[in-house]
Amino acid sequence: MPKPNSVASYCLGVESTADDFGVAILSFDGNVLSNANSAYVPEKGGIHPREAARHHAEVAERVFTEAFEQAGIKPQDVSLVAFSQGPGLGPCLRTGATAARALASYLRVPLVGVNHCVAHIEMGKLVTGATDPVTLYVSGGNTIVSAFEAGRYRVFGETLDIAVGNCLDVFAREAGLRQRRGAPFGAIVEEFARKGKTFISLPYTVKGMDLSFSGLLTAAVQLLHEQKHRLEDICFSLQEVAFSMLTEVTERALAHTEKPEVLLTGGVAANKRLQSMLNVIAEEHNAKFCVVPKEYALDNGAMITWNGILAYKSNITVPIEKSFVKLKWRLDEVYAPWVRG
Amino acid sequence: MNLLIKKGAEANLYLEEWHNREVIMKRRLPKRYRIQKLDKEIRSQRTIHEPHAIHKAKEAGVPTPTIFMVDVAESNIIMEFVDGKQVKKVLNDLPPRERLRISRHIGGLIGRLHKHGIIHGDLTTSNMILTSDGKVIFVDFGLSERSRELETRGVDLHLMKRAFQSTHHKYAKECFEAVMDGYAEVLQEEEAKNVLEKIREIERRGRYISDRK
Repeated sequence: MPKPNSVASYCLGVESTADDFGVAILSFDGNVLSNANSAYVPEKGGIHPREAARHHAEVAERVFTEAFEQAGIKPQDVSLVAFSQGPGLGPCLRTGATAARALASYLRVPLVGVNHCVAHIEMGKLVTGATDPVTLYVSGGNTIVSAFEAGRYRVFGETLDIAVGNCLDVFAREAGLRQRRGAPFGAIVEEFARKGKTFISLPYTVKGMDLSFSGLLTAAVQLLHEQKHRLEDICFSLQEVAFSMLTEVTERALAHTEKPEVLLTGGVAANKRLQSMLNVIAEEHNAKFCVVPKEYALDNGAMITWNGILAYKSNITVPIEKSFVKLKWRLDEVYAPWVRG
Repeated sequence: MNLLIKKGAEANLYLEEWHNREVIMKRRLPKRYRIQKLDKEIRSQRTIHEPHAIHKAKEAGVPTPTIFMVDVAESNIIMEFVDGKQVKKVLNDLPPRERLRISRHIGGLIGRLHKHGIIHGDLTTSNMILTSDGKVIFVDFGLSERSRELETRGVDLHLMKRAFQSTHHKYAKECFEAVMDGYAEVLQEEEAKNVLEKIREIERRGRYISDRK
Protein backbone atom coordinates (compact mmCIF):
# COMPACT_ATOMS: atom_id res chain seq x y z
CA MET A 1 0.00 0.00 0.00
CA PRO A 2 1.53 3.35 -1.02
CA LYS A 3 2.12 5.75 1.81
CA PRO A 4 0.89 9.34 1.51
CA ASN A 5 4.26 10.67 0.39
CA SER A 6 5.43 7.82 -1.79
CA VAL A 7 6.08 8.34 -5.51
CA ALA A 8 2.82 6.76 -6.67
CA SER A 9 0.40 9.00 -4.83
CA TYR A 10 -3.18 9.32 -5.99
CA CYS A 11 -5.78 11.92 -5.25
CA LEU A 12 -9.52 11.40 -5.59
CA GLY A 13 -11.68 14.47 -6.14
CA VAL A 14 -15.43 15.07 -6.03
CA GLU A 15 -17.23 17.78 -8.02
CA SER A 16 -20.84 18.59 -7.12
CA THR A 17 -21.43 22.34 -7.36
CA ALA A 18 -24.46 22.20 -9.66
CA ASP A 19 -25.97 19.66 -12.08
CA ASP A 20 -22.87 17.48 -12.49
CA PHE A 21 -21.67 14.83 -10.08
CA GLY A 22 -18.09 13.94 -10.93
CA VAL A 23 -15.44 11.74 -9.36
CA ALA A 24 -11.89 11.63 -10.73
CA ILE A 25 -8.57 10.12 -9.80
CA LEU A 26 -5.25 11.73 -10.71
CA SER A 27 -1.68 10.84 -9.89
CA PHE A 28 0.23 13.59 -8.10
CA ASP A 29 2.14 14.43 -11.28
CA GLY A 30 -1.10 15.35 -13.07
CA ASN A 31 -2.06 12.20 -14.96
CA VAL A 32 -5.81 11.77 -15.23
CA LEU A 33 -6.48 8.09 -14.46
CA SER A 34 -10.24 8.47 -14.46
CA ASN A 35 -12.85 11.20 -14.76
CA ALA A 36 -16.31 9.75 -14.14
CA ASN A 37 -19.44 11.85 -14.31
CA SER A 38 -23.22 11.80 -14.13
CA ALA A 39 -25.31 14.83 -15.08
CA TYR A 40 -28.72 15.64 -13.67
CA VAL A 41 -31.05 16.55 -16.53
CA PRO A 42 -34.21 18.34 -15.42
CA GLU A 43 -37.41 17.27 -17.18
CA LYS A 44 -38.20 20.89 -17.77
CA GLY A 45 -36.92 24.30 -16.69
CA GLY A 46 -33.62 24.95 -14.96
CA ILE A 47 -31.74 23.12 -12.21
CA HIS A 48 -33.77 22.45 -9.08
CA PRO A 49 -31.12 22.32 -6.32
CA ARG A 50 -32.80 19.66 -4.22
CA GLU A 51 -33.66 17.48 -7.19
CA ALA A 52 -30.07 17.77 -8.41
CA ALA A 53 -28.75 16.84 -4.96
CA ARG A 54 -31.06 13.82 -4.88
CA HIS A 55 -29.68 12.76 -8.25
CA HIS A 56 -26.12 13.11 -6.91
CA ALA A 57 -26.88 10.94 -3.89
CA GLU A 58 -28.49 8.29 -6.08
CA VAL A 59 -25.61 8.03 -8.57
CA ALA A 60 -22.74 8.55 -6.11
CA GLU A 61 -21.99 4.88 -5.58
CA ARG A 62 -22.01 4.12 -9.30
CA VAL A 63 -19.80 7.12 -10.18
CA PHE A 64 -17.29 6.30 -7.42
CA THR A 65 -17.11 2.67 -8.59
CA GLU A 66 -16.62 3.78 -12.18
CA ALA A 67 -13.80 6.12 -11.17
CA PHE A 68 -11.96 3.35 -9.32
CA GLU A 69 -12.50 0.82 -12.12
CA GLN A 70 -11.30 3.18 -14.85
CA ALA A 71 -8.26 4.13 -12.80
CA GLY A 72 -7.50 0.53 -11.94
CA ILE A 73 -6.70 1.30 -8.32
CA LYS A 74 -8.26 0.37 -5.00
CA PRO A 75 -9.65 2.86 -2.47
CA GLN A 76 -6.69 2.03 -0.20
CA ASP A 77 -4.33 3.44 -2.87
CA VAL A 78 -5.81 6.93 -2.46
CA SER A 79 -3.67 9.21 -0.32
CA LEU A 80 -5.64 12.45 -0.62
CA VAL A 81 -9.31 13.41 -1.07
CA ALA A 82 -10.42 16.73 -2.61
CA PHE A 83 -13.92 18.15 -2.97
CA SER A 84 -15.56 21.23 -4.42
CA GLN A 85 -16.24 23.38 -1.36
CA GLY A 86 -17.93 26.20 -3.33
CA PRO A 87 -19.27 28.29 -4.91
CA GLY A 88 -22.44 26.52 -5.92
CA LEU A 89 -25.85 25.23 -4.93
CA GLY A 90 -26.06 24.30 -1.25
CA PRO A 91 -27.76 20.90 -1.41
CA CYS A 92 -25.50 19.77 -4.26
CA LEU A 93 -22.31 20.94 -2.57
CA ARG A 94 -23.30 19.23 0.69
CA THR A 95 -23.94 15.90 -1.03
CA GLY A 96 -20.48 15.84 -2.60
CA ALA A 97 -18.82 17.11 0.57
CA THR A 98 -20.47 14.38 2.65
CA ALA A 99 -19.16 11.65 0.34
CA ALA A 100 -15.66 13.18 0.31
CA ARG A 101 -15.54 13.54 4.10
CA ALA A 102 -16.71 9.94 4.60
CA LEU A 103 -14.03 8.61 2.26
CA ALA A 104 -11.22 10.72 3.76
CA SER A 105 -12.23 9.72 7.27
CA TYR A 106 -12.51 6.01 6.37
CA LEU A 107 -9.12 5.99 4.61
CA ARG A 108 -7.55 8.28 7.23
CA VAL A 109 -6.11 10.56 4.54
CA PRO A 110 -6.10 14.39 4.38
CA LEU A 111 -9.02 16.35 2.92
CA VAL A 112 -8.72 19.47 0.72
CA GLY A 113 -11.55 21.91 -0.04
CA VAL A 114 -11.27 23.35 -3.53
CA ASN A 115 -12.73 26.51 -5.07
CA HIS A 116 -14.64 25.50 -8.17
CA CYS A 117 -13.67 28.60 -10.20
CA VAL A 118 -9.97 28.38 -9.37
CA ALA A 119 -10.12 24.67 -10.27
CA HIS A 120 -11.42 25.56 -13.74
CA ILE A 121 -8.40 27.80 -14.31
CA GLU A 122 -5.86 25.32 -12.91
CA MET A 123 -7.25 22.44 -14.99
CA GLY A 124 -7.21 24.67 -18.06
CA LYS A 125 -3.54 25.41 -17.44
CA LEU A 126 -2.74 21.71 -16.97
CA VAL A 127 -4.41 20.52 -20.17
CA THR A 128 -3.46 23.42 -22.47
CA GLY A 129 0.00 24.17 -21.12
CA ALA A 130 -0.90 27.81 -20.40
CA THR A 131 1.34 29.25 -17.68
CA ASP A 132 -0.03 32.67 -16.74
CA PRO A 133 -3.22 33.38 -18.70
CA VAL A 134 -6.01 35.91 -18.73
CA THR A 135 -8.91 33.49 -18.27
CA LEU A 136 -12.43 33.96 -19.57
CA TYR A 137 -14.61 31.53 -17.63
CA VAL A 138 -18.10 31.40 -19.10
CA SER A 139 -20.84 28.99 -18.07
CA GLY A 140 -24.45 28.83 -16.95
CA GLY A 141 -23.53 30.13 -13.51
CA ASN A 142 -20.37 32.18 -14.03
CA THR A 143 -18.99 34.93 -16.27
CA ILE A 144 -15.56 35.94 -15.03
CA VAL A 145 -12.41 37.47 -16.49
CA SER A 146 -9.52 36.63 -14.20
CA ALA A 147 -5.74 36.74 -14.06
CA PHE A 148 -3.16 35.94 -11.41
CA GLU A 149 -1.68 38.91 -9.55
CA ALA A 150 0.21 38.87 -6.24
CA GLY A 151 -0.81 35.58 -4.68
CA ARG A 152 -4.36 35.34 -5.93
CA TYR A 153 -6.48 35.02 -9.02
CA ARG A 154 -7.98 38.49 -9.33
CA VAL A 155 -11.32 39.27 -10.89
CA PHE A 156 -10.79 41.80 -13.69
CA GLY A 157 -14.36 41.71 -14.86
CA GLU A 158 -17.56 39.85 -14.19
CA THR A 159 -21.25 39.98 -14.83
CA LEU A 160 -23.25 42.42 -12.75
CA ASP A 161 -26.36 40.27 -13.07
CA ILE A 162 -26.85 36.96 -14.91
CA ALA A 163 -24.20 34.70 -16.45
CA VAL A 164 -23.87 34.63 -20.24
CA GLY A 165 -24.73 30.91 -20.33
CA ASN A 166 -27.85 31.61 -18.34
CA CYS A 167 -28.78 34.37 -20.81
CA LEU A 168 -28.50 31.92 -23.74
CA ASP A 169 -30.35 29.13 -21.86
CA VAL A 170 -33.29 31.29 -20.83
CA PHE A 171 -33.55 32.74 -24.33
CA ALA A 172 -33.57 29.24 -25.85
CA ARG A 173 -36.32 28.11 -23.49
CA GLU A 174 -38.38 31.20 -24.30
CA ALA A 175 -37.93 30.41 -28.00
CA GLY A 176 -39.31 26.93 -27.37
CA LEU A 177 -36.08 25.19 -28.34
CA ARG A 178 -35.35 21.75 -26.87
CA GLN A 179 -31.96 20.57 -25.71
CA ARG A 180 -30.75 17.13 -26.62
CA ARG A 181 -28.18 14.90 -24.95
CA GLY A 182 -24.82 16.19 -26.16
CA ALA A 183 -26.43 19.37 -27.49
CA PRO A 184 -27.23 21.79 -24.68
CA PHE A 185 -29.14 25.03 -25.28
CA GLY A 186 -25.95 26.93 -26.08
CA ALA A 187 -25.10 24.53 -28.90
CA ILE A 188 -28.61 24.82 -30.33
CA VAL A 189 -28.55 28.63 -30.26
CA GLU A 190 -25.17 28.36 -32.02
CA GLU A 191 -26.67 26.13 -34.75
CA PHE A 192 -29.42 28.68 -35.41
CA ALA A 193 -27.00 31.62 -35.23
CA ARG A 194 -24.86 30.07 -37.95
CA LYS A 195 -27.85 30.38 -40.31
CA GLY A 196 -28.49 34.01 -39.35
CA LYS A 197 -27.95 36.70 -41.96
CA THR A 198 -29.41 39.97 -40.71
CA PHE A 199 -28.04 41.73 -37.68
CA ILE A 200 -30.63 43.33 -35.41
CA SER A 201 -29.37 45.94 -32.90
CA LEU A 202 -29.57 44.81 -29.28
CA PRO A 203 -28.37 46.52 -26.07
CA TYR A 204 -24.60 46.28 -25.69
CA THR A 205 -23.75 46.77 -22.01
CA VAL A 206 -20.12 47.04 -20.93
CA LYS A 207 -19.39 49.03 -17.78
CA GLY A 208 -15.65 49.31 -17.56
CA MET A 209 -14.66 45.70 -17.29
CA ASP A 210 -18.00 44.52 -16.01
CA LEU A 211 -20.86 43.22 -18.08
CA SER A 212 -24.61 43.03 -17.89
CA PHE A 213 -26.69 40.49 -19.79
CA SER A 214 -30.16 40.95 -18.33
CA GLY A 215 -31.10 43.87 -20.61
CA LEU A 216 -29.82 41.97 -23.62
CA LEU A 217 -31.91 38.94 -22.67
CA THR A 218 -35.06 41.03 -22.20
CA ALA A 219 -34.58 42.75 -25.57
CA ALA A 220 -33.90 39.46 -27.38
CA VAL A 221 -37.01 37.88 -25.84
CA GLN A 222 -39.02 40.94 -26.92
CA LEU A 223 -37.83 40.40 -30.50
CA LEU A 224 -39.14 36.82 -30.24
CA HIS A 225 -42.57 38.01 -29.14
CA GLU A 226 -42.72 40.61 -31.91
CA GLN A 227 -42.61 37.71 -34.39
CA LYS A 228 -41.16 39.97 -37.07
CA HIS A 229 -37.74 38.37 -37.32
CA ARG A 230 -36.36 34.97 -38.17
CA LEU A 231 -35.24 33.03 -35.11
CA GLU A 232 -31.91 32.46 -36.88
CA ASP A 233 -31.35 36.23 -37.09
CA ILE A 234 -32.22 36.79 -33.44
CA CYS A 235 -29.87 33.99 -32.32
CA PHE A 236 -27.16 35.44 -34.56
CA SER A 237 -27.61 38.97 -33.18
CA LEU A 238 -27.80 37.76 -29.59
CA GLN A 239 -24.56 35.81 -29.95
CA GLU A 240 -22.78 38.63 -31.76
CA VAL A 241 -23.64 41.18 -29.09
CA ALA A 242 -23.02 38.90 -26.08
CA PHE A 243 -19.72 37.57 -27.39
CA SER A 244 -18.47 40.98 -28.58
CA MET A 245 -19.05 42.23 -25.04
CA LEU A 246 -17.10 39.30 -23.59
CA THR A 247 -14.29 39.80 -26.09
CA GLU A 248 -14.05 43.53 -25.43
CA VAL A 249 -13.72 42.96 -21.68
CA THR A 250 -11.21 40.15 -22.13
CA GLU A 251 -9.15 42.33 -24.47
CA ARG A 252 -9.17 45.13 -21.92
CA ALA A 253 -7.86 42.76 -19.23
CA LEU A 254 -5.24 41.49 -21.66
CA ALA A 255 -4.11 45.02 -22.56
CA HIS A 256 -4.00 45.91 -18.86
CA THR A 257 -2.10 42.85 -17.60
CA GLU A 258 -0.01 42.06 -20.71
CA LYS A 259 -0.27 38.34 -19.97
CA PRO A 260 1.15 35.85 -22.50
CA GLU A 261 -2.00 33.73 -22.92
CA VAL A 262 -5.77 33.84 -23.20
CA LEU A 263 -7.53 30.83 -21.71
CA LEU A 264 -11.16 30.07 -22.50
CA THR A 265 -13.04 27.65 -20.26
CA GLY A 266 -16.53 26.78 -18.94
CA GLY A 267 -19.53 25.37 -20.77
CA VAL A 268 -19.81 28.28 -23.23
CA ALA A 269 -16.15 27.74 -24.25
CA ALA A 270 -17.35 25.14 -26.76
CA ASN A 271 -18.90 27.88 -28.91
CA LYS A 272 -16.92 28.24 -32.13
CA ARG A 273 -17.93 31.85 -32.72
CA LEU A 274 -16.71 32.92 -29.28
CA GLN A 275 -13.48 30.99 -29.86
CA SER A 276 -12.83 32.75 -33.15
CA MET A 277 -13.41 36.20 -31.60
CA LEU A 278 -11.00 35.56 -28.75
CA ASN A 279 -8.45 34.12 -31.13
CA VAL A 280 -8.41 37.45 -32.97
CA ILE A 281 -7.62 39.51 -29.87
CA ALA A 282 -5.04 37.00 -28.65
CA GLU A 283 -3.23 37.33 -31.99
CA GLU A 284 -3.36 41.11 -31.86
CA HIS A 285 -1.77 41.18 -28.41
CA ASN A 286 0.80 38.48 -29.25
CA ALA A 287 -0.76 36.12 -26.77
CA LYS A 288 -1.35 32.42 -27.23
CA PHE A 289 -5.00 31.39 -27.38
CA CYS A 290 -5.89 28.25 -25.43
CA VAL A 291 -9.30 26.58 -25.39
CA VAL A 292 -9.96 23.95 -22.78
CA PRO A 293 -11.41 20.80 -24.39
CA LYS A 294 -15.04 20.08 -23.50
CA GLU A 295 -14.24 17.18 -21.17
CA TYR A 296 -12.35 19.55 -18.86
CA ALA A 297 -14.17 22.81 -19.66
CA LEU A 298 -17.52 21.58 -18.39
CA ASP A 299 -17.77 20.89 -14.67
CA ASN A 300 -15.70 17.79 -13.96
CA GLY A 301 -14.08 15.89 -11.11
CA ALA A 302 -10.58 16.01 -12.60
CA MET A 303 -10.22 19.77 -12.08
CA ILE A 304 -11.15 19.48 -8.40
CA THR A 305 -8.68 16.61 -8.00
CA TRP A 306 -5.85 18.50 -9.70
CA ASN A 307 -6.43 21.66 -7.68
CA GLY A 308 -6.55 19.47 -4.55
CA ILE A 309 -3.09 18.10 -5.40
CA LEU A 310 -1.69 21.61 -6.00
CA ALA A 311 -3.09 22.89 -2.72
CA TYR A 312 -1.90 19.84 -0.79
CA LYS A 313 1.63 20.31 -2.12
CA SER A 314 1.47 23.83 -0.62
CA ASN A 315 0.40 22.29 2.70
CA ILE A 316 -3.23 23.32 2.39
CA THR A 317 -5.71 20.83 3.88
CA VAL A 318 -8.91 21.22 5.84
CA PRO A 319 -9.90 19.33 9.03
CA ILE A 320 -13.19 17.51 8.50
CA GLU A 321 -14.92 19.40 11.30
CA LYS A 322 -14.12 22.70 9.53
CA SER A 323 -14.95 21.60 6.01
CA PHE A 324 -18.24 23.47 5.68
CA VAL A 325 -19.31 24.23 2.14
CA LYS A 326 -19.12 27.89 1.04
CA LEU A 327 -21.99 28.73 -1.27
CA LYS A 328 -20.68 32.16 -2.26
CA TRP A 329 -16.92 31.61 -2.19
CA ARG A 330 -15.32 34.09 -4.60
CA LEU A 331 -12.25 33.01 -6.51
CA ASP A 332 -10.37 36.14 -5.43
CA GLU A 333 -10.72 35.07 -1.80
CA VAL A 334 -8.48 32.07 -2.45
CA TYR A 335 -4.82 32.41 -1.56
CA ALA A 336 -2.97 30.38 -4.20
CA PRO A 337 0.63 29.85 -3.06
CA TRP A 338 1.12 27.04 -5.59
CA VAL A 339 1.18 29.56 -8.43
CA ARG A 340 4.53 31.14 -9.18
CA GLY A 341 4.26 34.79 -10.05
CA MET B 1 5.82 61.69 -36.04
CA ASN B 2 3.17 59.08 -35.39
CA LEU B 3 3.90 57.18 -32.24
CA LEU B 4 1.60 54.56 -30.77
CA ILE B 5 1.58 55.32 -27.05
CA LYS B 6 -1.27 53.14 -25.91
CA LYS B 7 -2.87 50.12 -27.46
CA GLY B 8 -6.11 49.72 -25.60
CA ALA B 9 -9.01 47.35 -25.93
CA GLU B 10 -11.25 50.12 -27.13
CA ALA B 11 -8.98 52.50 -28.99
CA ASN B 12 -5.37 53.24 -29.82
CA LEU B 13 -3.67 56.45 -28.80
CA TYR B 14 -1.05 58.03 -31.03
CA LEU B 15 1.21 60.95 -30.28
CA GLU B 16 1.15 63.14 -33.37
CA GLU B 17 2.08 66.56 -34.59
CA TRP B 18 -0.87 68.63 -35.72
CA HIS B 19 -0.50 72.31 -36.67
CA ASN B 20 2.82 72.50 -34.85
CA ARG B 21 1.34 71.09 -31.74
CA GLU B 22 1.84 67.79 -29.96
CA VAL B 23 -1.53 66.13 -29.87
CA ILE B 24 -3.12 62.82 -29.03
CA MET B 25 -4.97 61.13 -31.85
CA LYS B 26 -7.47 58.69 -30.44
CA ARG B 27 -8.39 56.17 -33.09
CA ARG B 28 -11.14 53.69 -32.65
CA LEU B 29 -9.93 51.14 -35.13
CA PRO B 30 -12.29 48.53 -36.52
CA LYS B 31 -12.26 45.41 -34.41
CA ARG B 32 -11.85 42.36 -36.56
CA TYR B 33 -13.71 40.16 -34.09
CA ARG B 34 -16.96 42.13 -34.43
CA ILE B 35 -19.30 42.01 -37.41
CA GLN B 36 -19.12 45.24 -39.41
CA LYS B 37 -22.53 46.62 -38.58
CA LEU B 38 -22.11 46.24 -34.81
CA ASP B 39 -18.52 47.47 -35.04
CA LYS B 40 -19.57 50.63 -36.88
CA GLU B 41 -22.40 51.26 -34.40
CA ILE B 42 -20.13 50.98 -31.38
CA ARG B 43 -17.29 53.05 -32.82
CA SER B 44 -19.29 55.99 -34.12
CA GLN B 45 -21.52 56.10 -31.07
CA ARG B 46 -18.50 56.27 -28.76
CA THR B 47 -16.70 58.81 -30.99
CA ILE B 48 -19.67 61.19 -30.92
CA HIS B 49 -20.35 60.60 -27.31
CA GLU B 50 -16.89 61.01 -25.83
CA PRO B 51 -16.21 64.68 -26.72
CA HIS B 52 -19.64 65.60 -25.36
CA ALA B 53 -18.86 63.93 -22.06
CA ILE B 54 -15.42 65.56 -21.92
CA HIS B 55 -16.98 69.01 -22.33
CA LYS B 56 -19.61 68.27 -19.72
CA ALA B 57 -16.86 67.19 -17.33
CA LYS B 58 -15.12 70.55 -17.83
CA GLU B 59 -18.36 72.34 -16.98
CA ALA B 60 -18.45 70.28 -13.81
CA GLY B 61 -14.97 71.51 -12.95
CA VAL B 62 -13.14 68.29 -13.69
CA PRO B 63 -9.94 68.76 -15.72
CA THR B 64 -10.03 66.88 -19.02
CA PRO B 65 -8.03 67.18 -22.26
CA THR B 66 -9.05 69.86 -24.77
CA ILE B 67 -10.72 68.47 -27.88
CA PHE B 68 -9.38 69.87 -31.18
CA MET B 69 -11.19 67.80 -33.79
CA VAL B 70 -13.73 65.01 -34.13
CA ASP B 71 -13.96 62.83 -37.23
CA VAL B 72 -16.97 60.54 -36.87
CA ALA B 73 -16.60 58.84 -40.25
CA GLU B 74 -13.13 57.63 -39.33
CA SER B 75 -13.86 57.38 -35.60
CA ASN B 76 -10.95 59.68 -34.74
CA ILE B 77 -10.63 62.33 -32.05
CA ILE B 78 -7.72 64.77 -31.89
CA MET B 79 -7.12 66.14 -28.42
CA GLU B 80 -4.59 67.82 -26.18
CA PHE B 81 -1.55 65.81 -25.13
CA VAL B 82 -1.56 65.82 -21.33
CA ASP B 83 1.96 65.68 -19.97
CA GLY B 84 2.09 63.62 -16.81
CA LYS B 85 2.07 60.13 -15.39
CA GLN B 86 -0.72 57.59 -15.13
CA VAL B 87 -1.90 57.39 -11.52
CA LYS B 88 -1.74 53.61 -11.95
CA LYS B 89 2.04 53.81 -12.48
CA VAL B 90 2.86 56.07 -9.54
CA LEU B 91 0.26 55.49 -6.81
CA ASN B 92 1.97 52.51 -5.15
CA ASP B 93 5.30 54.36 -4.87
CA LEU B 94 4.02 57.66 -3.50
CA PRO B 95 4.63 58.68 0.11
CA PRO B 96 1.60 57.57 2.19
CA ARG B 97 0.29 61.11 2.79
CA GLU B 98 0.54 62.04 -0.87
CA ARG B 99 -1.17 58.78 -1.85
CA LEU B 100 -4.09 59.61 0.41
CA ARG B 101 -4.20 63.23 -0.77
CA ILE B 102 -4.39 62.11 -4.40
CA SER B 103 -7.06 59.52 -3.60
CA ARG B 104 -9.12 62.09 -1.75
CA HIS B 105 -8.69 64.53 -4.62
CA ILE B 106 -9.82 61.86 -7.11
CA GLY B 107 -12.88 61.21 -4.95
CA GLY B 108 -13.73 64.92 -5.11
CA LEU B 109 -13.46 64.91 -8.90
CA ILE B 110 -15.71 61.84 -9.16
CA GLY B 111 -18.13 63.63 -6.87
CA ARG B 112 -18.22 66.62 -9.23
CA LEU B 113 -18.89 64.38 -12.23
CA HIS B 114 -21.72 62.60 -10.46
CA LYS B 115 -23.16 65.84 -9.14
CA HIS B 116 -23.45 67.02 -12.76
CA GLY B 117 -25.03 63.80 -13.97
CA ILE B 118 -21.91 62.32 -15.59
CA ILE B 119 -20.97 58.70 -15.08
CA HIS B 120 -17.39 58.06 -16.22
CA GLY B 121 -17.94 54.37 -16.93
CA ASP B 122 -14.31 53.29 -16.69
CA LEU B 123 -12.90 54.65 -13.46
CA THR B 124 -9.50 53.02 -13.21
CA THR B 125 -6.21 54.57 -12.21
CA SER B 126 -4.96 54.12 -15.79
CA ASN B 127 -7.51 56.72 -16.88
CA MET B 128 -6.20 59.40 -14.54
CA ILE B 129 -3.09 61.45 -15.31
CA LEU B 130 -1.10 63.09 -12.53
CA THR B 131 0.63 66.23 -13.80
CA SER B 132 3.87 67.62 -12.42
CA ASP B 133 1.97 70.31 -10.48
CA GLY B 134 -0.07 67.69 -8.64
CA LYS B 135 -3.27 68.04 -10.66
CA VAL B 136 -5.27 65.00 -11.76
CA ILE B 137 -6.70 64.98 -15.29
CA PHE B 138 -9.43 62.48 -16.15
CA VAL B 139 -9.19 60.88 -19.59
CA ASP B 140 -11.08 58.28 -21.60
CA PHE B 141 -14.78 59.05 -21.44
CA GLY B 142 -15.56 56.50 -24.14
CA LEU B 143 -17.77 54.45 -21.86
CA SER B 144 -19.38 57.34 -20.01
CA GLU B 145 -23.11 57.93 -19.71
CA ARG B 146 -25.53 60.57 -18.50
CA SER B 147 -27.29 59.55 -15.34
CA ARG B 148 -28.18 60.75 -11.87
CA GLU B 149 -29.34 57.38 -10.66
CA LEU B 150 -27.94 55.94 -7.49
CA GLU B 151 -27.52 52.62 -9.27
CA THR B 152 -25.18 53.93 -12.00
CA ARG B 153 -23.23 56.02 -9.49
CA GLY B 154 -22.77 52.90 -7.40
CA VAL B 155 -21.58 50.83 -10.36
CA ASP B 156 -19.16 53.63 -11.33
CA LEU B 157 -17.57 53.76 -7.88
CA HIS B 158 -17.67 50.00 -7.51
CA LEU B 159 -15.41 49.89 -10.56
CA MET B 160 -13.01 52.35 -8.92
CA LYS B 161 -12.94 50.16 -5.83
CA ARG B 162 -12.21 47.10 -7.94
CA ALA B 163 -9.46 48.92 -9.80
CA PHE B 164 -7.75 49.67 -6.48
CA GLN B 165 -8.16 46.06 -5.40
CA SER B 166 -6.67 44.60 -8.56
CA THR B 167 -3.84 47.07 -9.18
CA HIS B 168 -3.15 48.62 -5.78
CA HIS B 169 -4.33 45.83 -3.49
CA LYS B 170 -1.90 46.75 -0.70
CA TYR B 171 -3.47 50.20 -0.33
CA ALA B 172 -6.91 49.40 -1.72
CA LYS B 173 -8.83 49.92 1.51
CA GLU B 174 -7.28 53.22 2.61
CA CYS B 175 -7.28 54.63 -0.92
CA PHE B 176 -10.93 53.83 -1.52
CA GLU B 177 -11.87 55.24 1.88
CA ALA B 178 -10.03 58.44 0.96
CA VAL B 179 -11.88 58.51 -2.38
CA MET B 180 -15.19 58.27 -0.55
CA ASP B 181 -14.13 61.05 1.87
CA GLY B 182 -13.40 63.34 -1.06
CA TYR B 183 -16.64 62.27 -2.71
CA ALA B 184 -18.65 63.06 0.42
CA GLU B 185 -17.17 66.57 0.52
CA VAL B 186 -18.64 67.41 -2.88
CA LEU B 187 -21.93 65.57 -2.72
CA GLN B 188 -23.88 65.68 0.49
CA GLU B 189 -22.76 63.38 3.30
CA GLU B 190 -26.15 61.72 2.99
CA GLU B 191 -25.68 61.08 -0.74
CA ALA B 192 -22.25 59.57 -0.17
CA LYS B 193 -23.70 57.24 2.45
CA ASN B 194 -26.43 56.11 0.07
CA VAL B 195 -23.88 55.41 -2.66
CA LEU B 196 -21.73 53.41 -0.25
CA GLU B 197 -24.77 51.36 0.72
CA LYS B 198 -25.49 50.88 -2.99
CA ILE B 199 -21.93 49.65 -3.61
CA ARG B 200 -22.42 47.07 -0.89
CA GLU B 201 -25.67 46.01 -2.50
CA ILE B 202 -23.95 45.68 -5.89
CA GLU B 203 -21.23 43.57 -4.31
CA ARG B 204 -23.82 41.30 -2.76
CA ARG B 205 -25.67 41.08 -6.06
CA GLY B 206 -22.58 39.92 -7.95
CA ARG B 207 -22.43 36.19 -8.34
CA TYR B 208 -21.06 34.25 -5.40
CA ILE B 209 -20.14 37.15 -3.18
CA SER B 210 -20.15 36.25 0.44
CA ASP B 211 -22.33 38.48 2.50
CA ARG B 212 -19.81 39.64 5.07
CA LYS B 213 -20.73 42.48 7.33
